[in-house]
Amino acid sequence: MALDQSFVGRTYPPTEPYEVGREKIREFAEAIGDPNPVYTDTEAAKALGHPDVIAPPTFVFAITFKAAGQVVEDPQLGLDYSRVVHGDQKFTYTRPVRAGDRLTVTSTIETIKSLAGNDILDVRGEVYDEAGEHVVTAVTKLVARAADEEA
Amino acid sequence: MTAKISYDDVEVGTELPAQSFPVTRATLVRYAGASGDFNPIHWNEKFAKEVGLPDVIAHGMFTMAEAARVVTDWAGDPAAVAEYGVRFTKPVVVPNDDQGAVIEVSGKVAAKLDDEARTVRVDLTATSAGQKVLGMSRAVVRLA
Repeated sequence: MALDQSFVGRTYPPTEPYEVGREKIREFAEAIGDPNPVYTDTEAAKALGHPDVIAPPTFVFAITFKAAGQVVEDPQLGLDYSRVVHGDQKFTYTRPVRAGDRLTVTSTIETIKSLAGNDILDVRGEVYDEAGEHVVTAVTKLVARAADEEA
Repeated sequence: MTAKISYDDVEVGTELPAQSFPVTRATLVRYAGASGDFNPIHWNEKFAKEVGLPDVIAHGMFTMAEAARVVTDWAGDPAAVAEYGVRFTKPVVVPNDDQGAVIEVSGKVAAKLDDEARTVRVDLTATSAGQKVLGMSRAVVRLA
C-alpha cells in the first residue's frame, strides 16, 4: 500500500551529538584501503589547512543513516524495512567532517513516491556541528520494494 | 583546502587516473565494522541467497567510497569535494575465494561549472565483472 503523502516535509528531532573520534576515522580509512595521510596524520592535515585529521567523504553516512532510522522505524509511517534497499546517495559538503566534531543530524522526509508498487523515499539529513554550523547534507533515497503476493 | 590540480589546467574531457580496487569477504567484514552496517547480505552467503541475491554483495556505500578515491587522489585534498552523489544500479558480487571481486573506476571532467568558484563536475564510471555498478556517479570538485 502506498505510503501516506502527508509525511512529506515531516522533520524529526535532532539526534544526540555523535563525537567523531580520530581512531574511528583511521579505522574507516583502513577499511576502504585509503592511505591518504590527511585521514590519519594531524601534520599532513594541517599542511592542507585543516585544524585536525578529516574523514573520508562517505564517512558521515554512518551517522546520517543511523539518524534516518527515526524515519524508517516510525510506526506511523509504516515502512516495511525488510524490503528497503538503498537507491541513491548524495552528499553536499560545506566542510569536511573532522576529528573532535560533535555532530547532530536533523532528518526530514523530502519526497515520497509510489512507482510500480514500490515506495520511494528521499530522506534529507542536515548535519551540524556543536557551534550550530552546517557541515554536510546527506540525501538518501530508500526504495521499499513491493510485497510479492499482495499486489 | 588545497586542491593540487589547478582549474586552469583542466578542460572538459580531462581524464582522471583510473584505479582498480580489490574487494574480498575480509574487506567487507572490515568495512561492516568500520561503518556499523552489519546487514548479513554483506557477509552471510546463506542469508544473501535466501533473499534472492547471487552471493554476498559489497555494501553500496563501500563501492561509493572506493569510487570517491579516484577523485580525492586526483584533487589532492579530499575537502575539495563539494558534492558527491551516486545511484546504486547493480551489486558488486563478492565470491568466497582468494580473488574476491574488483571494482574498476575511471573518471573525467564533464563540465567546468564556475570560473569564479573554480568548480568542475567529474563523472565517474564504476564497473565490476563487466557490469556498471554505479549510475549518475558525479562529484563537484573545487580546484586550485
